Amino acid sequence: MLKIPLFYEKKQLVTPGDLLAEGDYVSGDSTYIENGKIYANRLGLVDYDGKRVHVVALKAFYVPVPGDTVIGKVVETSPGGWAIDIKAPHLARLRASDVVERSFKPETTDLPSIFDVGDLIIANVVAYDRTRDPLLTVREPGLGKIVRGQLVEVTPTKIPRIIGRQGSMVGMIKRETGCQMTIGQNGLVLISGRSAEDEKLAIMALRKIEKESHTSGLTDRVTEMIKNEKKSLEDKKT
Amino acid sequence: MTSKKSEKLIDKKGIRLDGRKVDEMRPVKMQVGVLPNADGSAYLEQGRNKILVGVYGPKEAHPRHIAQQDRAVIQCRYHMAPFSVDERKSPAPSRRDVELSKVIREALEPAVFLEYYPRTSIQVYIEILQADGGTRCAGITTAALALADAGIPMRDLVVACAAGKAGGKIALDLMDTEDKVGEADVPVAFMPNLNAITLLQMDGNLSVDEFTTALDMALEGCKKLYAIQKEALKSKYESIEEAK
Repeated sequence: MLKIPLFYEKKQLVTPGDLLAEGDYVSGDSTYIENGKIYANRLGLVDYDGKRVHVVALKAFYVPVPGDTVIGKVVETSPGGWAIDIKAPHLARLRASDVVERSFKPETTDLPSIFDVGDLIIANVVAYDRTRDPLLTVREPGLGKIVRGQLVEVTPTKIPRIIGRQGSMVGMIKRETGCQMTIGQNGLVLISGRSAEDEKLAIMALRKIEKESHTSGLTDRVTEMIKNEKKSLEDKKT
Repeated sequence: MTSKKSEKLIDKKGIRLDGRKVDEMRPVKMQVGVLPNADGSAYLEQGRNKILVGVYGPKEAHPRHIAQQDRAVIQCRYHMAPFSVDERKSPAPSRRDVELSKVIREALEPAVFLEYYPRTSIQVYIEILQADGGTRCAGITTAALALADAGIPMRDLVVACAAGKAGGKIALDLMDTEDKVGEADVPVAFMPNLNAITLLQMDGNLSVDEFTTALDMALEGCKKLYAIQKEALKSKYESIEEAK
């Protein structure tokens, strides 16, 4: 046990400005450090992970990180590319040269025929920092326009819980429901399954995770819920 | 101020017009997350004051030229509804509305990590549905709740409370009549965890001693409100806690 003071227990609800720890700790997500003391800066549940103190915020917005996969909506087309809403503080840019061959001519290429306003796309964040807007790419397998499926929105801070340790949670849902799932780090999850029932089941699972994200043994409980639901569906059919 | 009128505000037993003691606040009710369309929202009732706040952002600043390269800007609008006072108030922003918007914005700015989100703006819309004195303070308290509800990182919540002099005595949380007929009003906004004052105004005349007493009284009031504020934030998620 460390002898350095901690002021809250694990998974206790804290509000902005609450003093979490003092001394030899590292300030993690949704916390800030001032004069060696760590405070919460959002409403959420405290967690200690060795020396790292962080808060799992109950509500937050997405801040892009290069390498993230995100789901966004095209809001504007211009000769040079598209502006995409990825639910971040800034609109993201997708360059036309990223999609079309290098020798394209802005005058002749019909960009809206590739992505039009209102289209939903899966993309990766290439670059983002304080000085410029996030830059996206769709030049990798699995990226591009979304043609079918359902979108579910969750708070971005809950995404790690939906993925689980080494993807255990999302893997389980995929297996149990037979749905394809694409998780956008910006809090949007695309679900496409063989039938509407399968998709509904996956959405139910996501909602349960979102609601009970702070509890342990959640994977088992979600598995159980999906199995029960499946059973009752089959019973109805017969 | 005629002494006749002043005497009426507080009677011989030290009871005010609405039955409060001098160091007593009006009953307060706060609620968070009341507007699903806004990113964050809060509602407050303090005596007869009714205030609704909606927060958006951080998002791209419009018009572009207001954006700052090194930090986010807060756009704050304090607005009184036409039906918020006895005589219909014009809904167009008055000089007072513009001033209060600025003052409230400056009271909130130190609490928000503006430097995290350069080139963006955070919009705070404070709507006074019913006014009965001390709306700038109540507006700040509500706006801080709405900002926290929107998931915007904050150093601390901001609480505000006023104290003043009415009927010759220093009193906490003046209501409309006490503010208008009384001698002075001292609104204070405060960040309790950081022990920092973000707004301090005074209108009317007070001696230095009276001012210190009023300030201390207002800070005490702030601390009481802070507890209610935290409770309001937490209660939105009470159902989650129970699911454990």
